[in-house]
Order: sequence, then structure tokens, then C-alpha cells
Amino acid sequence: MKRIGVFVCHCGINIAMTVDVKRVAEEAMNMPGVAYAQDYIYMCSEPGQALVREKIKEEELDAVIIAACSPNLHESTFRAAAEEAGLNPWQCEIANIREQCSWVHTNREKATSKAIRIVDTLVQKTILNESLEPIPVSITKKALVIGGGIAGIQAALDIADSGYKIILVEKESSIGGHMAQLSETFPTLDCSQCILTPKMVAAGKHPNIELMTYSEIEEVSGYVGNFNVKIKRKASFVDWSKCNGCGLCMEKCPAKVPSLFDRELATHGAIYVPFPQAVPNKPVIDKDNCIYFKSGKCRLCEKVCEIGAINFEQEDLIVEEEIGAIIVATGFETLPVPNLVEYGAGDVPDVIDGLAFERLLSASGPTVGEVRRPSDGMVPKEIVFVQCAGSRDPERYRPYCSKICCMYTTKHALLYKHRVHDGQPYIFYIDIRTGGKGYEEFYHNAELDEGIIYLRGKVAKIFRDGDKTVVWGTDTLTGRNIEIAADLVVLATAMIPKDSTAELVKKLRIQTGPNGFLSEAHPKLRPVESINSGFYIAGAAQGPKDIPETVAQASAAACKVISLFSRDHLEQDPAIAWVDEDLCGNCRICISVCPYDAREFDEEKGIVIVNEALCEGCGSCVAACACGATQQRNLSDSQIRSMVTASLGGE
Amino acid sequence: MSENMGLAPPKSPPIRLTREVVNSGFKQRVNELSGQHMDACYQCGNCSSGCPLAQEMDILPNGIIRLVQLGQRDEVINSETLWICASCFQCTVRCPKGIDIQAVMDALRQMALDEGVDHFGPDQIDPEQAALVPQPGLVGVYRKLST
Ligand SMILES: Cc1cc2nc3c(=O)[nH]c(=O)nc-3n(C[C@H](O)[C@H](O)[C@H](O)COP(=O)(O)OP(=O)(O)OC[C@H]3O[C@@H](n4cnc5c(N)ncnc54)[C@H](O)[C@@H]3O)c2cc1C
Ligand code: SF4
Ligand code: SF4
Ligand code: SF4
Ligand code: SF4
Repeated sequence: MKRIGVFVCHCGINIAMTVDVKRVAEEAMNMPGVAYAQDYIYMCSEPGQALVREKIKEEELDAVIIAACSPNLHESTFRAAAEEAGLNPWQCEIANIREQCSWVHTNREKATSKAIRIVDTLVQKTILNESLEPIPVSITKKALVIGGGIAGIQAALDIADSGYKIILVEKESSIGGHMAQLSETFPTLDCSQCILTPKMVAAGKHPNIELMTYSEIEEVSGYVGNFNVKIKRKASFVDWSKCNGCGLCMEKCPAKVPSLFDRELATHGAIYVPFPQAVPNKPVIDKDNCIYFKSGKCRLCEKVCEIGAINFEQEDLIVEEEIGAIIVATGFETLPVPNLVEYGAGDVPDVIDGLAFERLLSASGPTVGEVRRPSDGMVPKEIVFVQCAGSRDPERYRPYCSKICCMYTTKHALLYKHRVHDGQPYIFYIDIRTGGKGYEEFYHNAELDEGIIYLRGKVAKIFRDGDKTVVWGTDTLTGRNIEIAADLVVLATAMIPKDSTAELVKKLRIQTGPNGFLSEAHPKLRPVESINSGFYIAGAAQGPKDIPETVAQASAAACKVISLFSRDHLEQDPAIAWVDEDLCGNCRICISVCPYDAREFDEEKGIVIVNEALCEGCGSCVAACACGATQQRNLSDSQIRSMVTASLGGE
Repeated sequence: MSENMGLAPPKSPPIRLTREVVNSGFKQRVNELSGQHMDACYQCGNCSSGCPLAQEMDILPNGIIRLVQLGQRDEVINSETLWICASCFQCTVRCPKGIDIQAVMDALRQMALDEGVDHFGPDQIDPEQAALVPQPGLVGVYRKLST
């Protein structure tokens, strides 16, 4: 028989107040195989671990049970201690007598006898535990970043600089994301494109980065270290290997298409690059708006393109890549103005959103940086900004704070004042939230120097009256309603996840929260990892955030990937399912129940096997297997039977 | 729009803000006379919560500052608050933004007096009480309380 040691932790008074720990240790001595038992105030402390190591040697123990907190917390601590003293780590078990006993009970007598049964249950299991070795899994040291905004660009650059290969997949024809649309950025007011384009160029030129723009993820299979990814490279109808970016085709194209990059404040041709500093600087033909594709006539671009880069026959292409880790950085979009019924539902002229205002402010925008309202090109003299447009409104729109709009609205009002000196900006707000380094100071100075009128209240209605856009709000500081006949209204619309994210996460099989933003594995301690191993998250796709936070998160995600790639191989927990080949009746029921796609039919053997790299040891197949062919290591049927008996009080 | 057609005047009429109202010169004049910056106030209310005479006022000190920010001259100049303020400096020492509210009150009283807003005449003082107050005290009081 094995010699088992039992160590009972007081956890200060966390356990000892409700459970008579001394009695648990005494009773443990009467359990089969238990050769040694002792209680101690803090088992996880260094002296506590030393005690375990010491007794393993002194008492010649073959296995140990630590009766303490949840195995989620300290299983790895004690398995490492056991290993140091010469035991196989799988000969160390944790009996949870805190979360599952002392914390949930008040009756000391009953809690103590329950703790004794919990220990007995683990003793029964331990008697039959096998020594196991971790399963080595190889890693493909090449990463995939989905989304080429500042988050994706930063993550790609960091990984590439550390020497690993990376593929950056971007849906649009150019990388850059929303940051490329911004004019100047808070709190320092540096020109957005001036600080972004060097990074875009660096990503475009880096020998370790392969850009796949105008591309989308088609399918992902495999597991951490060994993903197989199918990427759809959408037909651009321009042979990018030939195109030298001269732009003749774009000049001649007679079609007029509203520019999404310019928030429909300007148009471009059916063949276009979204903005002049695009990386790569290669045009695409918008098939839905191209005159040739619609009517069979035109092909002007083809005629003017001297090097013959236009190719109307081009088709979508699927490429397959082996990948070790995936960063999802698909960013955000903003709640469409038509969704906001009380703010005119998009039907009242001169009500625009923050991104459109960024384009009006931008030196490279449709008005070359002059603030002119869309309806008649007039320079607005009375301008109203409306914060929380769709944010912090759990009843009708989004429950959360979009976090960036307080800051960018103050920035907007300030930049407006810099351009229209005799204009008057008003800002309606519920709260001004300026958490961030230098942010409160930015707001303070704007308030002091720019004559911006801040009005504390939510705007109730916006309507047209002649050539004015009338805003009805309130100022809760005076307790009076406010009416402003404005020339232009700018809505700080809620930040929402990019619409295509919902479809993408289904392909990746990763989680999102109630508002559609990507979920992190732990909100505090694992903020850039998905709960599914091998997936990392960065930027506004995880939740509303500004550029500094996005960049920090992107570098953190890159760091996680680099740390993964720095290992020779991964280690998989061996306490997973296995199949007794002689017993498997090939009913394949296990294939249908496995939530991790870890069961597969083996043609050669004619039975269903377990893919060890994918199995998470959930036990679904073990329960489903009618022949008893599938068993779980260290949780065999006989172990479970004796554990159930012990937990019911023996006999 | 929201015209109050033929009814009794509303108790809380909406404030119609325009750049002319905001930049009428009223706020700028208060800044000038008081040496303070009205837009620095973020309406925390600390001045009002520490004011020993707040319960006697029709508009609290922070409310006065707010109305100045919005260019609401008439309401401010006709407020009782200006005359109830005891110039005790409680507000001034508390303001986290360093605004000398007492100086603002002084500036507003000055402006009210300049405009002849008659608030308190010497005839309103009970002669018996007047006899008890020393002369310099009376002079000081008149600067605050009289036309
Ligand atoms: C009006 C406004 C003003 C702002 N001003 C400032 C400011 O002054 N200072 C500041 O710090 N922050 C500011 N911000 C915030 C800033 O824009 C964001 O923090 C930043 O853009 C987030 O970067 P990102 O890479 O996470 O997302 P994004 O910029 O949205 O980039 C995501 C990228 O992923 C791509 N993508 C999406 N889905 C897929 C898919 N399925 N497959 C492939 N590619 C995909 C998108 O096309 C896009 O290129 C402002 C935001 C707004 C709305
Ligand atoms: S064929 Fe299409 S893309 Fe080319 S010029 Fe004509 S409309 Fe433009
Ligand atoms: S950041 Fe400011 S404007 Fe935006 S939702 Fe939050 S409180 Fe409202
Ligand atoms: S134990 Fe769970 S994860 Fe492993 S093969 Fe069985 S069902 Fe799949
Ligand atoms: S204490 Fe200062 S900042 Fe606060 S409300 Fe009064 S004047 Fe304004």
C-alpha cells in the first residue's frame, strides 16, 4: 500500500474558525494508507511547503494530500513542492476544505465532519493515482494578428522585432484603422497621421511581417501552437504586384462613391485607395459601384493604366497558413446616428458624429481642415457637442461608458475654437470623466482658456428650425432648461464592437461579453488573454479605450505571444481521456459530445481515439461511453466509485 | 419653439444661449473687477457647503458663479445673495480651484451699486440700532448695503 501524508491548513482563521483542523488531522491517521498527518497555520507559506518536503523524505511518503483552499489557487505550488522532494507531481492532490467547506458553513461540528469526508474522498482517489508525465506539444512559431488598426500594427511590430514571423490580416485595403481618420489626438494634440504613418510604413516594410490587407479569416482549426488558418484574399481587380500606385485610374474613374473613410462627407471613384498615405498604397475596385460591373461598359481605368494592372477577371483567393498564436485586434465602430431617434435619427441636417467631425478638422480631410457644416458649407458659429449619445443608457442603447468621448469632445471644442475664433462651443455632458495621465489638466486648461460652455445635462431633443438645428437640453447646475439654436451639432456616439466581430468569434470559438466586446480570461490578472489558449486580445475590440491604452495592451499581447514562442514545446496536462482499444465499440457517441473536437475516428485502428493536444479533460466522453472504453487518467471508474462512497460517509 | 403663449410667465423659463449672451461682456467684467477667472469653476459646490449664510440666500454661491458663466446678468445682479454674503472668506479658503469667491461677490455688489440697484437705504436701519454701531462699522456696512 502507498504511504500517504495528509497536511491540514488553518488558513489563519479562514478554515480553523469553522473546522476543527486538529481533529481532521487525527481522523486522517485512521484512513487507509495514511502514514502521516499534521495541521499547520499557513501551508502555502515557505515554512509550510518546507514541512511537506521534509515529511515526504522523513516519512518516505509516496503521495501527499493538502487539505486547504481551491486547487485553482495553490495546486501548482504544492505539486512543485512535492516534485522538489522527489515525488511525481500527480501524486499530490488538493482537498478543498475552504471554498467548499469552512466558507459556506457555520456549524463547526458539521463542518468538521464534512472536512473529514472531503479528505477521505481524496485519500480514496490518491490510493489509485498513477504517476504521469506532461504531454509535449510542438509550436509553430508564427503569429497571426487579425485587424490592422493601431493595436494590430503595434502587436505585429513588437513580435516581428523579436524575430518571429507574423501575418497581419486587415479587412480594408489599407492598415491604419480609426487612428488614420483622426485629426489631432488628446491630451497632447499631436497630429494623428504624423505619429501613425511611421508605424504603418514600418509594418509594411518589416521583413518579418506579411501584410494581407483586403483579406478576412475564413476558417480556423487546431489548437494552441498548431492552428491551421484559411484566409480569404478578396479580389481587388488590380494586380498589386504590377501596380505602381500612380493613381491615373482613380483620376479617370467616372463613378462617384461616398467615402466611408471621410464619413460620407466626400466621394471617391469606384477604384480608390481610402486615403493618400495608405499602406499598401494600392487601389481596389468597389465591385458594387463600378460602372463596368454594373452595366458592362466603361473600363476606363484599364485604358489609362499603362502597365496593365487592372484585371476584371480576378477572383477571391483562399490561402492556408500554419500559425502558433492568434491576436484579435478588430477594433470598434460607433453607434450609427440613425439609431438615435431623439437626436433626429439621421434625418436632421447638420447633426454629425465625432468621427465625421474629426474628418472636418483634419488637414487632409474633405474641407482641408476648415470646419464647414455639411448642409451648405457654412462655417458654424454656434456649435453644440452632445456627450453620452447612446452610452450610459441601459434602457435604450448601451449601458457602458464609452470612455473616450469626454476627452475627444473637449478636444473637438478646443480645436474648433482654434479655427473659428468668434464661434461659441457648448458641451452637454452628464459627467466629465478624465481619468488618465494629463487628462484632467487638458480639460482644466480647455475650460479656462477656450470659453467653452459646459452644460450638465443630457440633451432631450434635436430638431430643425429654418437653417438652425435646435437643441433642447437642461443644465442641472442651474436647474434650468437650455435651448440653443445651433449651426452644427456633433454627437459623441457610443463606441461599439466592429460589426463583423460577432461572426469572427464564432470561427475562432472565443468568447465575448454581453455587449459584444471580446472577453478576457481574467479582468484583472489576465487582461490580454482569451480564456481559450493560444488567443490573445488587444485594443478597442476588448472594450472602449483610447490610443495609449490600446498600444499598451497590444504590446502586452505581443509579449504573451513572444513568451509562448520562447519555449521549445508546450506541456499539456496528462490527466485527460484515453481509450481502451479492445473495448471501444466504435459507436462514435464521444465524437458528438466532446466540446473541444478532441475525439476523432482512426481509420487504421477502426476505433475512436483522443487528440491529446485538444483534450481538456472535461470527462464528457467518459460519461457518454457506453462500453466503458473511455477512461480519464487518475479519475478511473473505480476511483470515482470509491470517492463517491467516501463522500457519503464510507461503507 | 417653446413660446409661452398667453399664459402666466413661467417660473423657470429656459435659458436661450447664444454666443452674444455668453460673450455679452458680463462675465468678462466680473473677471476684470474681481481678478478671478469664472470659467475655472467646475461647480463642485464647496463654496456653498461651507458658507455660514447659505440658508438665507436665494441663490447659493456656486449658483451665482454658474449664472455668471452663462452670462445671466439680470438674475445675478438682482439676487439677494450678494447682500447676504458676510464676506467671511469661508468660500475663498475652501475653493479647490483657487477662486476668491468673496472677491467675486464684492465685484458683483460693485456692479449692482453702479447700476443703481437699490437694495438697502439708510432709512431702513432702526435708529436705536444705528446708535449702537460705531461709525466706522456703519461706513463699512454702507459700502455693502447702501446705494
Ligand atoms: C471621434 C473619435 C476621436 C478619438 N480621438 C482620440 C484621441 O484624440 N486620442 C486617443 O488616444 N484616442 C482617440 N480615439 C480612440 C482611438 O480611435 C482608438 O483608441 C483606437 O483607434 C483603437 O485602435 P484599435 O486598433 O483597437 O481599433 P481600430 O482603430 O478600430 O482598428 C481595428 C482594425 O481592424 C480591422 N478589422 C475589423 N474587423 C476585422 C476583421 N474581422 N478582419 C480583419 N480586420 C478587421 C478594421 O478594419 C480596423 O482597421 C478617438 C475615437 C473616436 C471615435
Ligand atoms: S471600370 Fe469601374 S473602376 Fe474602372 S473606371 Fe470604370 S467605374 Fe471606375
Ligand atoms: S466617456 Fe464621457 S461622454 Fe463618453 S460615455 Fe463616458 S461619460 Fe459619456
Ligand atoms: S475528456 Fe472532454 S475534452 Fe477530452 S476528449 Fe473527452 S469530451 Fe473531449
Ligand atoms: S468652491 Fe470654487 S470651484 Fe467649487 S463651486 Fe465654489 S467657486 Fe466653483
